[in-house]
This record gives sequence, C-alpha cells and structure tokens, in this order.
Amino acid sequence: MGLIWYYFRKMFTLIRGEVLVLPSRVAVLVFAVALLLIPVFTQDPYWLRVLILTAIFAIFAASWDFLSGFTGQMNFGHALFFGVAAYTSGLINLHFQVPTFLSIPVGAFAGVLTGLIVGIPCLRLRGTYLALTTLAFPIILMGLVFSIPDVTGGELGVMGLQSLATSRIHVYYITVVLMLALTFIMWKITDSKTGIILHAIREDEIAVRAGGINTTRYKLLAFCLSGFFAGIAGGLYAHIMRTVGPSTLEVSLSFQVIIWSIFGGIASIYGPVAGVFILFPLAEVLREFSQYRMLIFAILVLVTLVFMPEGLIPWVRDKIEKECPRCKVRSIATRKTCRVCTASLD
Amino acid sequence: MIQDIVVNGLINGSVYALLAIGFSLIFGVARVVNIAHTALFMIAAYLLLIGLDYWGLAAPLAVLLSIVVTTILGLICYQLVIKPIREHEGAVLIATIALAMVIQEIILILFKGHYLGVPPAATGFLVLGGVKVANQHLLALGVAVLALIATWSLLFRTKVGLGIRCTAQDREVANLMGINVNKEIMLALGISVGLAAVAGAIVAPLHNIYPHMWMPPLIMMLAIVVLGGLGSIKGSFIASYILGFTEALVVFAFPTWGFLKEPVALSIMILALLIRPEGLFGVAFEEER
Repeated sequence: MGLIWYYFRKMFTLIRGEVLVLPSRVAVLVFAVALLLIPVFTQDPYWLRVLILTAIFAIFAASWDFLSGFTGQMNFGHALFFGVAAYTSGLINLHFQVPTFLSIPVGAFAGVLTGLIVGIPCLRLRGTYLALTTLAFPIILMGLVFSIPDVTGGELGVMGLQSLATSRIHVYYITVVLMLALTFIMWKITDSKTGIILHAIREDEIAVRAGGINTTRYKLLAFCLSGFFAGIAGGLYAHIMRTVGPSTLEVSLSFQVIIWSIFGGIASIYGPVAGVFILFPLAEVLREFSQYRMLIFAILVLVTLVFMPEGLIPWVRDKIEKECPRCKVRSIATRKTCRVCTASLD
Repeated sequence: MIQDIVVNGLINGSVYALLAIGFSLIFGVARVVNIAHTALFMIAAYLLLIGLDYWGLAAPLAVLLSIVVTTILGLICYQLVIKPIREHEGAVLIATIALAMVIQEIILILFKGHYLGVPPAATGFLVLGGVKVANQHLLALGVAVLALIATWSLLFRTKVGLGIRCTAQDREVANLMGINVNKEIMLALGISVGLAAVAGAIVAPLHNIYPHMWMPPLIMMLAIVVLGGLGSIKGSFIASYILGFTEALVVFAFPTWGFLKEPVALSIMILALLIRPEGLFGVAFEEER
C-alpha cells in the first residue's frame, strides 16, 4: 500500500513539475483526456468512425514524421508500409483465419521487413533523390497487386475480414489508446539518445559519421521503426474497414500524409498528430460542400503555409513558449526568467 | 506493332523530355520540387480545348494562346504561393502538391469529370517506308523536336541561357558575379512552364483530357528526372526516351499487361540508381551545410 502511495505521489510530482509548467504539455494532456472521454458524451456512430480513422492516420503521420521529419529521410512513398501491412494482415486473416490480435503485429512485422528492403537501396540516396525514389516503391507494388488478382483481389481488393472488436466503442478505445501509446513511444524515442543521433543525421550526416557513429545502422533503424508504426496503422485500418484494396498503396495517400504532417509541423511527432486531428475531421465537415470540398481544403493548406511555413503547431508553440538561450529548456512566454537556470529570457 | 512502338516511343519520349527538362530546369535554378508542373501541363491542354471548341479559334492561334496564358498563370502562382516560402523545403513541397490539387479541383468544377477530346489539327496519314503514320503524330513529333531544339539552343548558345546555367550551378556565386538571381529564376520558370504548356498542347489531341490527367505523367516525369540525374538537362533528355520507349514497348508488345507500364519504368529507375546513385548524368550538388 505504501509503495502504491509512493508511486502515486511520484506521478503527481512528475505531472506538476514536468507537465503543468508548460502550456503545450497541458494542451496534450487535456487533448488525451478529452479523447478518452468523448464516448461518454456522444455515441454517434458516424463521428466515432471518423475519430477512429483519424487516430489511425495520426499513427501513420507520426511514423512518417519519425522517418522523414525527424531523421530527414524524405519518404514520398510512405503508403508502401501502410499498404504492405494492411495487405499482410488482411490476407493472413482471410486465408489462414489468424485472429486480429495476431495479424496486426504480423502486419507490423511485414512493415519492418519492408522498411529494411526499401532502406537498404535507399541508404546511398539522400534528399530529393531519396524522396523521388521512394515514390516508386508503392507504385511497383501496386503493379504486382494487379498482376496476381487471384491472391490480392486485384482492383477490388479483398473483403470480409474479421472486425477488430464487436462494438464500435471497443474499436474506438483500442485505436485511441494505441494511438496515444504509440505516439508517446515515438516521442520518447526522438527524445532519447538514439533520437539525438537521428536528429543529428538530418542536420549533417557527414559530421555524425565523423563523430564515429555508424549512420547506416541508425538510418536503417529509423526505416524499420517507421515501418513498424506505419504497419500497425495499416493493420488496424484493414480490420476496421474490413477490406483491403489498392487504395492503401495510392500516391494520393502518400501525398496526404505529407500534407497532414507538414501542415501540423514536422520534426516534432505531436505536430503531425495535431495536423491529422485538424485536417481529417475538417475534410469530413467540408463534405457538405461536396463539390468544393477538396478545393477549400487545398486552399486552406496553401494559405496556412504561406503565413506559417514551419507548420501550425511550431508557430503556436513559439507564441506561447520561449526557449532559454542558455540551457535550451522551454518556459511559458509570460515568464521573465528560465524556469530551470534562471537566465533572462529576453 | 513495331511501328506503333517506334512512333509512340518517340512521341512519349519527346513529351516526357519537354516535361522533364522544364522540371529539371526549375529544380536546378530555384531548388523547387514542382509537383504542380504537370498540373500546368493539364491547364494548357484544357486551354487548348477552350480555344478550339468554345471560341472556335484557328489551331495555331489556340496553341499560342494556351502556351502564353499557361506561362503567365505559372508565374503568378510562383509569385503568390512559392516565393514567400522558398527557403522552407518541406513547405514548398506541400505547397506545390496543394497547388496541383487546387488546379485539379477547379477544373473538376468547371468541366466536371468528363473525358474530353480535342479535334486533331491534321487528319489523314503518311506512308513512310511501307508503314502508315498518322499526320497528327508526325505533327506532334515535329513540334516537340522543334521545342526541344529551341530550348537547347537557348540554354547553351545564348547569354540568357548562360545566366540560367550559372544560377543553377551555384546561386550564391552567381549572385556575387552580378547576376540577378531572382530574374533568372523567373526566366527559368517561364521557360519551364512554357515547355510544360507545349507538351500539354501536343498531348491534347492524342489522348483524352480529364481532371486527373496530371498524375500519370507526373510519376513518369519524376522517374525520368531521377534516372537522368537531377538538374542535368542532357540526362533528362536521354532518360525521357529510355522510359518513353519502355512504356510504348510494354503497352504495345504486351497489351494485357499494359497496366504494368509505370511499375516497369520505375523498376528500371531503381535498378539504375542502385548502380549510379546520382542518376545517369547526375551533377553532384554542393551540399549546403
């Protein structure tokens, strides 16, 4: 009992010392709690479904950010990981009756393998070359999918997969909790020592190599981890839609994830998540103006970018928080001195 | 079948060369990955349709009009959307994607999703060495080759071209040598969009015109540019014909596997990149550190 009380107090101090001091962290906490409480207030199946898909694409966008934003390996074909995992978990579920709690990890593992297979030839490429080469992989795979319609179902895809859970509320909680957990893990990885190395690779790969770090291994690690997280998103998607088609490999999906992420603000993990949670439900709201929907969407993204080229979330964050010039720790903008080293903030 | 492959390979190759050289040029000079490049190509095709069908203009006038208007539109888009955020690589990228989507949606609203066609400017066919070749195809080929030769001589034989190539090689040094970099960027952009418009005007009478027609050439164009080496005009030119012929070969020699034309072309690109990571004629850009 004392131990539990000790941990409880420790958690409380942690929250007070690390979360409540920064408005952005409070916002994240409020967001997570609100997301978990939504089914208490509304059980509208349509909006629950929208939020479920939003959560899946949030995992997907965060995994893109992990590879492309954070490690700087621009990936234009991120739908590859998503599609491979969706097809893998869908097909083994359909043909071998593998239960969902097993088929999704297998799909994620397929994502890791894909990350390796794509990552190895891409190690020598960088920047725009890498971006345009990765664009090719999902299109090639789509050609393969179309050429063996007996297995993959060709243009229509495979249908009748097992559902993730019996009721929509269950599905909602599974995806949302997974989304919160996985994005938190990704954020933790980018915050760790490995994350610093990945960040350094984006800034200056040659300098990192000169520092005695095996950049090849870290770049492959980034590809595999990104493939893993995108793979989980793909597997979840397959079991929620209960069908897998070539749309999971389309170029437009790859572009979509880039739009979400850069809109939200890359190299931050939470930026892309916020981007998806703003843009995806927005696209649903705009469904009322069906004809002008995509036009409004695209113009909105364009206008936002012209005014906030860094993305929405970094722009907001810089307005409400200041970075200490001495110790690089962020404090709330109303403070005159840094909350850690008491250096002047102006 | 052989003549189909040769004629279509040449036409595909030339159209792709027009697109890829323009894309390469603007990437080299301004470091802008312009995803909206083929959307401008689509605008040119639709403008040609408007000029011919709605206003009943003569064919050469309509072509000229569509090229000029597209170029002006391209320059306006650059000034409004790309220029304010040119220093942010990621933002430029998604801005051009969004721009392409805006263009696609506007066209979708104006023309609905119908598959439209432009009447050919030349009818009948010519017999060349026992092989029938449609006059329209010959015309398309002639215009494309003329445009390519004109671009080539502009870039490599005139002072204007020298300025553009200098800026592409090293923007800062070019600036120090008294070259007005912003002017060169606008020039290169004008040429780039103009070439895309020529390509659009060539393709319009040969294929269907529909609001999603920018996607397939976009992918081929990106593959060509990477295969030839980013920013290398010679590379883009040669790679265009390699992939143009590949596409014609797949479509005409294996009609049932026609949907594989893009995967085959992209596989060739990846195989080439495994051997030469900087593309066939890649220029190693100085790393900006």
